Amino acid sequence: MWLPLRLTLLFLFLLLSPRALLRSGSAAVVSGEEEEFHEELLLKPLPDRKVLAHFHFHSIAPPSKSNGRHHHLFPKAISQLVQKFRVKEMELSFTQGRWNYERWGGFDPISSNNAKPPGVELWAVFDVPEDQVDAYWKNLTNSLSGLFCASINFLESSTMYSAPKWSFRITPGSLRYGTLPREAVCTENLTPWLKLLPCRDKAGLAALLDRPSIYKGFYHSQRLYLTSNASVPAETVSGISLEQTLTVVLQPNSPSSSSIHSGESNFQPSWSLSSIFGRKISGKCVIAQSSIVYLQLEKSIFSEQKDNMDNGPNSLASEGFAGGSGFEMSLDPDIVIEEENQSQHKGSSVLYGFWVEKYNESQPLDLGLKWKYPVFWSSQQAPLHASRFLMGSGNERGAIAILFKSTNSADSSSGSRHVSDGCELQVDVFQVVPWYIKVYYHSLQIFVDDEAKPIGDFVHKIQVSPSKDKTSPGMMEMLLKLPCDVRSAALTLEFDKGFLHIDEYPPDANQGYDIPSAVISFPRFHSVMHLLSNDSIRKSPLLSRFQEKNRVQSYTEVLLVPLTTPDFSMPYNVITITCTVFALFFGSLLNVLRRRVGEEERYLKAGKKKGWLRVLLSRLLAKFRGKPMEEPDQPSSESAPLIGKKLVLKVILVAVLAVAWQFYST
Amino acid sequence: MATANTEEEKSKSEQQKNHGGGGGFTRWAVLAVIFRLTLIYFPGNLNLSSRPEVSTPLTSIRRLAEGYWLKQSSMSPYAGSMYHGSPLLLSVLGPLTVKRIEGQPSHILCSLVFVLADLISAILLRATGRKLQMAYRKSLKSLNLLNKSTDSGGLSSGDIAALVYLWNPFTIVACVGLSTSPVENLFNILTLYGAATGIAPLAAFGWVMATHLSLYPAILIIPVILVLGYGPDAPPSKLFRSKENGKVGDDKSSQEIIFSWGRVLHLLVWTSVWSVYVLVLCSISVKQHSSLQEMFQRTYGFILTVEDLSPNIGVLWYFFAEVFDFFRDFFLIVFHSNILFMILPLAIRLKHRPCFLAFVYIAISSMLKSYPSVGDPALYLGLLGLFLDELADMQFCFFLFCGYVGVSVLSPVMHNLWIWRGTGNANFYYATAMAYACFQIVLVVESVSSMLNHDRKLMKLSASKLQK
Repeated sequence: MWLPLRLTLLFLFLLLSPRALLRSGSAAVVSGEEEEFHEELLLKPLPDRKVLAHFHFHSIAPPSKSNGRHHHLFPKAISQLVQKFRVKEMELSFTQGRWNYERWGGFDPISSNNAKPPGVELWAVFDVPEDQVDAYWKNLTNSLSGLFCASINFLESSTMYSAPKWSFRITPGSLRYGTLPREAVCTENLTPWLKLLPCRDKAGLAALLDRPSIYKGFYHSQRLYLTSNASVPAETVSGISLEQTLTVVLQPNSPSSSSIHSGESNFQPSWSLSSIFGRKISGKCVIAQSSIVYLQLEKSIFSEQKDNMDNGPNSLASEGFAGGSGFEMSLDPDIVIEEENQSQHKGSSVLYGFWVEKYNESQPLDLGLKWKYPVFWSSQQAPLHASRFLMGSGNERGAIAILFKSTNSADSSSGSRHVSDGCELQVDVFQVVPWYIKVYYHSLQIFVDDEAKPIGDFVHKIQVSPSKDKTSPGMMEMLLKLPCDVRSAALTLEFDKGFLHIDEYPPDANQGYDIPSAVISFPRFHSVMHLLSNDSIRKSPLLSRFQEKNRVQSYTEVLLVPLTTPDFSMPYNVITITCTVFALFFGSLLNVLRRRVGEEERYLKAGKKKGWLRVLLSRLLAKFRGKPMEEPDQPSSESAPLIGKKLVLKVILVAVLAVAWQFYST
Repeated sequence: MATANTEEEKSKSEQQKNHGGGGGFTRWAVLAVIFRLTLIYFPGNLNLSSRPEVSTPLTSIRRLAEGYWLKQSSMSPYAGSMYHGSPLLLSVLGPLTVKRIEGQPSHILCSLVFVLADLISAILLRATGRKLQMAYRKSLKSLNLLNKSTDSGGLSSGDIAALVYLWNPFTIVACVGLSTSPVENLFNILTLYGAATGIAPLAAFGWVMATHLSLYPAILIIPVILVLGYGPDAPPSKLFRSKENGKVGDDKSSQEIIFSWGRVLHLLVWTSVWSVYVLVLCSISVKQHSSLQEMFQRTYGFILTVEDLSPNIGVLWYFFAEVFDFFRDFFLIVFHSNILFMILPLAIRLKHRPCFLAFVYIAISSMLKSYPSVGDPALYLGLLGLFLDELADMQFCFFLFCGYVGVSVLSPVMHNLWIWRGTGNANFYYATAMAYACFQIVLVVESVSSMLNHDRKLMKLSASKLQK
């Protein structure tokens, strides 16, 4: 009995196995060729003695028919999300802290792409007809909310998102944009983010992410950016490229330098990976195609060095790490990449690359930087520095002001060089205002160099979608054209503060409400690094991302607006008191109207003018009293049917009313 | 609008021709205009136009300017939740909000329009008062009671009403504070004037415009019909009848008051003509970017559903900010029907005094309306002046006066404490609104009761005369 069963099983296995083998083989081939994962880390000392660490993880799932819904490296959650909600492009960022554009730079690719407003920012482009976009957006926010343990689902409500036309991104499409400035970002958001990486934080560069050292930094932004090429045939699964970045700004503490050098305030702190993260890199994530650590230094450091020291290195290109310059690296770089020095434009930089695969458990990568001499440099700035503030006091009204300040008044010529036609500086402003801030768009004023100017001279294009109470936020898109030699420009908009229903206030109502950051972008300026083309650059997704042409973009501060609150403990009192006043009105007025003074009472009683009810009553009384007296011999049987008829009529009337009521109420 | 203006101008000039002799009134009216102009030229820091007492979402000139801006930038003026007024008002006042004259205050043209509206209102009020007084005297004469209640020889009640209207601080504040209520009041008064002088087309036009601007004057159609049907205020018809009875037995004479259906029909025809006219004008002005349906939703719908919860001097804002959402619709119906419930009893009891009935309706609706402003009490306090003779022995006058003064002092103080200093809270301001509502209730109830008492007194007098 056992034998035949075993035989059949064997037979079945033989029958199935070639196919299974074939499938696994093909999958292996496809994945070996196509699905990719790259991990990179960029370290950059910042002018204000801090260190920027920028982790960049890139997963690519190519469009394929063969492996169906299954992936080798690519996170399944994301690919399902893309398939289900037809996402063409999406960016989600969680940020804590504010990017300091003045000190940390506002022109380079990192600040344009990775500096994000505080809280959560989400935008997505969908590949669906325009009328379905909102539904897809709502579903997407709810899934992301579950995926990242965040309250992204609040973006579902139509008061929270908007559809910018041209100022946020140039490419039109079914774009939706929403922010949650109040969202607190913590490890609970980081863990699901790390889960999307194939090695999680067990191996590779992500192993550096020691939670306490990350979250004690000044700025922390984790970001997820994905694009899918939706233009593939329906049966194949679309290819997705997922870019996960984590940007942190940390303060290295170097007790040794402070003890040794007397003028410590002049010195940049020396640091190493282990001192800022508390960990070292003990090897790459084995699945990763590439695993590189870059160290980026501004070239102006070298030039300064050259000025300071006569016996400087004979050429900047000849590897300043050797010892002639003001700093010392603990490791020798495997590759040096220089930014192409197109012109005298400052801010070009040098990248030192370190292959992580050369290091292992016994010999971990612990890159360190030690400064020998005090050096100063400044980061490259966007043409205008934008800040935003509130004006006015009290809880009734106020004004929003956006102030642009020229950053490079000295070399305005270099700024104007970018402008092709005439000396104009184009600025795109994209501002979303919640509905309870009722903005008067007609009160828009513009001040150029502290002088009020007519709006038409500078506002080239403006598009407003005013806010609707409890329905949609107000959105303003504006294209400004300012002269190049402008020193400062300010926009002001007046608003009234709204009053909400008692249920619409959040738990801590007196804390105030946030106006999300405005997005300021400079369409004629592109943050792009011209790197000397090299084979290794093409392979590295981080560097190829740096070489993309992106608009210079910056976010303004989030504004906190205090709103007036009603007394939250009052609903019952208010209802009773108001109703009492209404009752007082109704009762006393009705009383005055129906009151009769003594004579009128008598006048009425005299019977000159009786109401029909009274007449009826008196007749009835007469009937009751008089009739039996007048006709005592009449049998009661005759009067009984009379009353009976009336009674029957009344009963029928009531019944009809009841039936009608029943009919209409159901 | 053009025809309306010419008509107003015509009536105004007529009035001036007829009553040019009233030197006292003219002097005071000119003084009132000068006073307003002085206040307008006062450095613009009075900030009256953003006071919650002056500018409600319906009457605020800033919202009107915003609506005009939206319209100019080829959007519906009702896009967003800013403007809730009439499109006609937008096309007339909108350009004036933008136009600036060098060296003048920014809203000078609008202010001049409002000053003019106030002046015309006062003149119309005066003419209405004269008409009413003539009718009053006539009816008293026919009852042989005239010598009992002769006027004191000073200003007539029409003059007093007009001056009360012009010099009322509420009117002045509403006019200088650039709220659109002077225009609304003008059309209300125009309705009454048209009805009292028996010009049905004018009354119909005033009524249609007033209803179009602020919805609540719709209930004035009842007094207007009564005025046109029965003629202006008179003692109760019973009195005439009893007098006739006393004189010539059962003989029905021509003195019997009859309801003239012809004039009412005339009025209704004109009402429909003007309504169609206004609707066509509206649809022309809104057709580019929105529709009539949106207009009704954003104006009447906004009034009826009390969407805006910003504080004002009424009682509804705080109530609907606090009430549970579940009961919101119920209370909306209850509060609005409170106005409607009183229409019929008042109309039955005061049908012989339709102008006074109009005053009571206006007072009630300005007390219970969703977004009241100081322009509303300005109107009914002005109208109150018309009935000085009848209401001579009204009770609680001093108490009411003190109450109005007290509330108008305390209310801004409480608002300041709550909104600007942050030391008070909403309940304080709400308390002043409740007190104000109570004073208005006392005013309405007392005036109605003293009017009824006045009629009783007349009846008593005529009865005693008959017995002699």
